[in-house]
Amino acid sequence: MSQSVNNQSDVIIIGGGLMGASAAFFLRQRNRSVTLLETGLIGQQASGVNFGNVRRQGRPLFQLPLAGRASPIWRNMNALLGEDVEYIQSGHMRVCYRERAELADSFETYAREARQYGLDLEILSGNALRQKFPFLGPDVYAGSYSATDGHANPRLAAPAFGRAAARLGANICENTEVVRAEKDGVDFRVTAKGGRVFKAPVLLVTAGAWGNALSEQFGEPVPLTPRGPNMSVTEPVPYTLMPTVGVSTPLEIETVYFRQIPRGNIIIGGSTRAASYPDIRRAYVKPENTLTQLREIRRLVPALGRLNIIRTWSGIEGYMPDSLPAMGPSGTTSGLYYAFGFSGSGFQVGPAVGDVMAELIDEGATTTPIEMYDIRRLKPVAV
Amino acid sequence: MVGRALNTLKVVIIGAGPAGVRAAQTLVAAGVRPTVIDEGRRAGGQIYRRQPDNFTRSLETLYGTEASRAQGIHDTFDGLVDQIDYLPETLVWNISDGRVFAVSEKRETTIEYDALIICSGATDRLMPVKGWDMAGVYSLGGSQVALKSQAVSIGQRVIFMGTGPLLYLVASQYLKAGAGVVAVLDTSSFIKRVVAAPKLMSAPDALINGLKFTLALKAAGVPVLTGIRPLEITGDVESGVSGLIFETGAGEHREIKGDAVAMGYHLRPETQLADLTRCEFAFDEKSHLWYPKVDEDGRATTANVYLAGDGARILGARAAEVSGKLAALACLKDAGAPVLDNEIMALRQDMACWKRFATGLREAFPWPAEQAAKLPDETVVCRCEAITAGELRRTVNAMGAKEANRAKAFSRVGMGRCQGRYCALAGAEIIAAAAGIPVSEAGRLRGQAPVKPLPICIEDDEAAAAISTVRELTK
Repeated sequence: MSQSVNNQSDVIIIGGGLMGASAAFFLRQRNRSVTLLETGLIGQQASGVNFGNVRRQGRPLFQLPLAGRASPIWRNMNALLGEDVEYIQSGHMRVCYRERAELADSFETYAREARQYGLDLEILSGNALRQKFPFLGPDVYAGSYSATDGHANPRLAAPAFGRAAARLGANICENTEVVRAEKDGVDFRVTAKGGRVFKAPVLLVTAGAWGNALSEQFGEPVPLTPRGPNMSVTEPVPYTLMPTVGVSTPLEIETVYFRQIPRGNIIIGGSTRAASYPDIRRAYVKPENTLTQLREIRRLVPALGRLNIIRTWSGIEGYMPDSLPAMGPSGTTSGLYYAFGFSGSGFQVGPAVGDVMAELIDEGATTTPIEMYDIRRLKPVAV
Repeated sequence: MVGRALNTLKVVIIGAGPAGVRAAQTLVAAGVRPTVIDEGRRAGGQIYRRQPDNFTRSLETLYGTEASRAQGIHDTFDGLVDQIDYLPETLVWNISDGRVFAVSEKRETTIEYDALIICSGATDRLMPVKGWDMAGVYSLGGSQVALKSQAVSIGQRVIFMGTGPLLYLVASQYLKAGAGVVAVLDTSSFIKRVVAAPKLMSAPDALINGLKFTLALKAAGVPVLTGIRPLEITGDVESGVSGLIFETGAGEHREIKGDAVAMGYHLRPETQLADLTRCEFAFDEKSHLWYPKVDEDGRATTANVYLAGDGARILGARAAEVSGKLAALACLKDAGAPVLDNEIMALRQDMACWKRFATGLREAFPWPAEQAAKLPDETVVCRCEAITAGELRRTVNAMGAKEANRAKAFSRVGMGRCQGRYCALAGAEIIAAAAGIPVSEAGRLRGQAPVKPLPICIEDDEAAAAISTVRELTK
């Protein structure tokens, strides 16, 4: 294949996280030629360091069609990609504390409304809650249980999509940092560090916390804040805590969650998010955040106090002020599309985002409602 | 830190081995009251580890030729205790924004510092061998700790295998203590020692000690073989080790019986704490080790962070004393204290001698990097997570991981309790061999807190206060 053919494709995707890698895969399924440009390695940033929650419940109701589109992809992912991404339909439990008992009412309301989107939730409290989840602490008042939600291994999912896309013929360029993107007549012209130029009539930006650096070049700056999740993992213990459990609360410091994987380790997330540094591609766990997280996890499951954590980590996630992504066509430039800024909750919807963007690019429309994610709703912070 | 009165300067020293003790002594002499944090129950570090209070073995029994040095370190430290803040049995689990986060007895302590001197020491450098995950296999350092601290042997018929000065030292200590030493099997060839002899002459007494150990072993009838390659530690999961199969220097396969194996290939620096202070690292081609970058006196690339002892460079206990002093003097100088240049120059000269000796040791007892490529696929590499060489190679060949952190993300090698401290160096060699790249390109695992397992039940008043403040504010 000559250099010129290699550098010209139907679609250029900038950013090889779960969104970009799955979009590349689904575009190849639709027989579109794809070049994916990734600064580092596939799935190394937010897609690779997040908690791994494959959870529909708790998302805004208007997002449930998108989340629902992701569910069958997750269930069939091993067959689809030919690799195990450790997806388990373990169930997901959302709980509230006694001092915020009013949240139990909102669980009821949410469950009623979610049912019309095909999401069945069971509200539990009192003895039923204690019998089913005896490990929850005394402060836990009620919970909403989703039997069809689960979790997967974030370190494996995006790279598996990248490799599957490559097997279908996508041109995956790792270690390729984009320095400039512009529209040059009919084609987008994307220049990488070192001078390599890529061209395509369609450009999809799935650059996560780096998304604004690109949308800005097309006159659409967005108020994107880089932050990092607060993650810990315990030593392995016998596999007994089947559902993923998370606390619903308006207080960020209380928002702790955990999941156990079959090999025994318990992954703990939440309670705070720290600053992260896209320019140097690093994020650091603040020790004080680890300490508040450990206090909060003891409140949720007191028995976990007997274990040790063996590792902590963070990563770089892009947050929007309304916690919703920029997803859909550009407001300024035809042929330009965005899917970034998923604000710490993009993992479950990720494969559907790739699927929807491929559909949108291939057919000019999508059956899944995405207008609420339009980039034009976002105004940059006044400096 | 410049211009601070020395008696208000907050210096934290991590580690109370030879480097940490000498650093503390130097600071105290200058009028600083440092905080010394140490994981050990008693000061002394590894090589001069003290026995429990109710044990009565003599210094001569415990430390042999190094008895007077051990006594010097112990006495110095005991004389400092009133002039320092000493936190024994305390683990530093993270460092951030000029603060050290430590845990002791499940209680958190956060200590601010103006300057930090890290004397984190070394642990055994290990190369996997098939069967090394069985009960009865210990590192040489671990075998020595068992003897020194608890007066127990790791087995009744112990096979010593690997290379490096510790191989002969620990084997002879076992012999002297009356434990059964079946054989000493060295992967390095004898000729390498001869070639390295001129450099080893930089410390003639140390060289002579080493020769004495070997002679004592031979005199006791212990077979000492060089140039061997270990093939498999035999035994079963139920009863543990039953022996070792190895290839002799002449290429024949032999089996030797025993109920325990003590193994190791010299030492590797403990660098996670330096890493958490965000120091830069550089690859040392000759030793295949990643070291934090330091200047001549131990200044790291991170401001106000100093490194000394084997955690900075594997140069041995005597060099650790010198580098501990140097690091403390560098710290004092940076704080604006009067420091005599002559004193620094003299210490640097001592260091040059130890560096030459350490080069001799490295050349006489080389890291057997070539073994990594030959390890059978079923050999466990990461014992914490039970990941085999074959699984690691698959992440390289089928998943395209050609860098240590990427291979860790895919395979879990280095993700367990030890955080790769015991498998990462061998893991990098396996990755490099499978990918056909130099091991420097395979990189090194990034350090992640906690440095060692941290109890979830850790008590912390500040975290409790922070949480209740947030709750109050939102009521």
